[in-house]
Amino acid sequence: MDRRLDARTPQAVGVSTPLVDGVDKVSGQALYTADLPVRQPLVGRILRSREAHAVIVAIDTRAACALPGVAAVITGEDFTAPYGVIPIAQNEWPLARGKVRYRGEPLVAVAALDEATAQRALALVRVQLDPLPACLDARAARAAGAAQLHEDKPGNLEREVDQCFGDVEAGFAAAAQVLERRFHYAEIAHGQIELNATLAQFDRERGQLTVHSVTQVPYYLHLALARCLGMEESDIRVVKPFVGGGFGHRVEPLNFEIVTAALARAAGAAVKLELTREEVFLTHRGRPETDIRMKIAVDGGGRILAVDAEAVQRGGAYAGYGLVTILYAGSLLHALYRVGAVRYRGERVYSNTPPCGAMRGHGAVDIRHAFESVLDELAAALGMDPFALRRANLLAPPERTLNDLQVNSYGLPQCLDWVEQASGWRERRGALPRGRGLGMACSHYVSGSAKPVHWTGEPHAVVQLRVDFDAGITLLTGAADIGQGSSTLLTQVVAEVLSLPASRIRVVATDSVLTPKDNGSYSSRVSFMVGNAALRAAQALQQRLLQAASRRLHVPPEQLEWLGERCRVMSGDGTDERGLSWPELVRTALAEGGTLTVAGHWSTPPETQGGRYRGAAVGSTAGFSYAAQVVEVEVDEPTGAVRVLQVWAAHDCGRAINPRAVEGQVQGAVWMGLGQALSEETQYHQGLPLRANLIDYRMATSLDSPPIAVHLVESIDPLGPFGAKEASEGALHGAPPALTNAIADALGLRLGGLPASPDRVLEALTARRRRDRQAQRRPPAADPETKLAR
Amino acid sequence: MGSKRLLRLQLNGRPREDAVLPSMLLLHYLRDVAGATGTKQGCDGGECGACTVLVDGQPRLACITLALECAGREVETVEGLARDGSLGDLQRAFHEHLGAQCGFCTPGMLMAAEALLRRDADPDEAAVRAALAGNLCRCTGYVKIVESVRVAAAVRRARGD
Repeated sequence: MDRRLDARTPQAVGVSTPLVDGVDKVSGQALYTADLPVRQPLVGRILRSREAHAVIVAIDTRAACALPGVAAVITGEDFTAPYGVIPIAQNEWPLARGKVRYRGEPLVAVAALDEATAQRALALVRVQLDPLPACLDARAARAAGAAQLHEDKPGNLEREVDQCFGDVEAGFAAAAQVLERRFHYAEIAHGQIELNATLAQFDRERGQLTVHSVTQVPYYLHLALARCLGMEESDIRVVKPFVGGGFGHRVEPLNFEIVTAALARAAGAAVKLELTREEVFLTHRGRPETDIRMKIAVDGGGRILAVDAEAVQRGGAYAGYGLVTILYAGSLLHALYRVGAVRYRGERVYSNTPPCGAMRGHGAVDIRHAFESVLDELAAALGMDPFALRRANLLAPPERTLNDLQVNSYGLPQCLDWVEQASGWRERRGALPRGRGLGMACSHYVSGSAKPVHWTGEPHAVVQLRVDFDAGITLLTGAADIGQGSSTLLTQVVAEVLSLPASRIRVVATDSVLTPKDNGSYSSRVSFMVGNAALRAAQALQQRLLQAASRRLHVPPEQLEWLGERCRVMSGDGTDERGLSWPELVRTALAEGGTLTVAGHWSTPPETQGGRYRGAAVGSTAGFSYAAQVVEVEVDEPTGAVRVLQVWAAHDCGRAINPRAVEGQVQGAVWMGLGQALSEETQYHQGLPLRANLIDYRMATSLDSPPIAVHLVESIDPLGPFGAKEASEGALHGAPPALTNAIADALGLRLGGLPASPDRVLEALTARRRRDRQAQRRPPAADPETKLAR
Repeated sequence: MGSKRLLRLQLNGRPREDAVLPSMLLLHYLRDVAGATGTKQGCDGGECGACTVLVDGQPRLACITLALECAGREVETVEGLARDGSLGDLQRAFHEHLGAQCGFCTPGMLMAAEALLRRDADPDEAAVRAALAGNLCRCTGYVKIVESVRVAAAVRRARGD
């Protein structure tokens, strides 16, 4: 007898579940793009610009083309249109045309029989560049008379934002305390461990292109390929194999992907292009170098009366997601706390450095650090505990913010309670030895952008379920699992609705000829939006099956009891034994019309889509996640090295569909925030990246990384699937300020930005000692001999 | 570059003979010649640990090891960790305790952990962190990786390995 026949409601949602593709990963069988077996593909390579800013005078590829073994050589002239993820800001060619705008920008690409030949061919390409002055930071780019990167962008200003909600001046006038600080944030990179790679196959006889790539959003790549290659979308197939992390690097179509496709078309063959780690850093799309001025006013009870913030981001050479990034920095000043009035001014600036883009916590991380740092100082100025100050500013959902964001669920109070207690805050803060400190901060993030990038009118998410003779359910989704576990979550949602074991369900994902279009894995949208679509698909399937059972058993559907592996007629006295096993139920339904396919779809309700002002879509979401955390540090004063001893993080994920996976996401987000806070930064010399490897771009190793205790708060969002919200980003934003607030607690020292690397901490400590000495010596005036003696 | 030479070694317990160039890296030998693509490349050489394999039981970075250096030796990769078609202890622990998220660093992480458990049956947290310090992970913050390794160690001890 089938053991499963008597199984009642195997619970799926809320149960920690190994990833549905986990066995492939731990066995080494998972095929990432570079692993795909293809019969003797050509090897693609890219020639990059040596200049940060220059006019392309001439490119001579004749010698390269003539080299035996070379199958294709292409330049910017081989594309029909520029690309860019935002439809109104497409100004980047897959290979540069007219000008180069950063060192390392792709100029020419070749496909050859092997790598050595490809490299020889690139060496034969003659490129004549006429250098222009380069703008290497935002200040230089905005200076009068600065060289202009793009003809249509005077002053190198990509996007200017000026938003004001409420009466800011009145807020400052009524304040008990006002504090203004300036911060500088280094640029950082995603650092996903998988190198970028694309495999493109072109069938010249049929004019069809197949692309496998490392994308988080196969749909955007599909659109960009059609646009840049001048092809019909229906002649293109895009497949996402296993992807080794994204963190935002891969949420926009990238030059190397389109270049590989163009090489495949030019060669009429299969081309595989794998970037080096240095090239991955050049492709960039990371978090921009940012300057922030943050001014906050509070009343005597710590209530936030007014905020006046300014952000300037060095965006790099092309638009990418830039306008969204600069808007996020402003919009997410709201919706974490109740704020009396907010003024935000932002400038997104073009520069001759690799293009920035979306990175985990998109747009809101640096400004959250500034905000939480100033709050920490204000709490001290008021003689308030930092927790008490936060508690004085809590929202009371449902609540609509000043800038028209809708907050429906809000677990921040519970997050605060847990981290305060778990960290022993009340007993331990202020009682630690010198050099050790505790700091706290809060944060939030969207569960998907309520308005998609491409406003087509279609639903935000669609999931299909197919059932056939084998009584298995095939879940078809375009949602890109990039390691966050989205395919597992979708399986759990369907298993929960249908009360079936997850083994009945298999996921087929991200193949444009098989799976429904999806807007992709960005802005933490998948759990919320695709989860809701999966929920509705499962409900639709259940209805179809119940109707078939009702006809077969001659009872109305309401009299049928759904038990997952069994469906039976309900009878008051238990005498009615009639029922259908799951396979019988499926066969009954199939007999009526063959293979059964249902779809579920979901869209964000209009009230969650933001206000009507310019830029209002950015920041709007159907559900905000919330997080609070406490970080404990130890600072070594002689070296300036900061060691994180422990983190306590609480995250309101609405409902933990896969609790262990949510914990993993929160730990990863916190850890990535600590990396930005302590050691990560890119660095350029005249536009040349100096840290384009994983040694000099310093990501924490297992030895440098602290234990991270996680507590999940389930606020049960009214719109989320089973109440779920996002879990992968919201806890990141709080980690850097909690860490630097801990440094302040340890040493009374505040740095003017990130990272708090040992050299910067040491410099700040040394400067403070110098100031202290000078203060002691005054009067009398400084004596050179005393100075030497010290 | 030189001409190809015959390389004889044991790969996951099976003998192989292949003609390889003296300049060929072990990484490319494993992936392109032997078809063992479980071993990953994540950097330009010696930075990330994703290509960690065992050579005569010792962890080695396949991206900075020449294939011919392994002549006559036993090379073990992630594909060799399974036993009779079932996941090995470390693999199962990483699977069940979510030591793998995107999975790209996982093969190298597993091999570094395997080397550790062969020399230390009961590593404490600090020992696990030290043994994995050459393997970068960008997803997990290492928390569940360390936990997975310690679970696997406990399973082996309980079984009396």
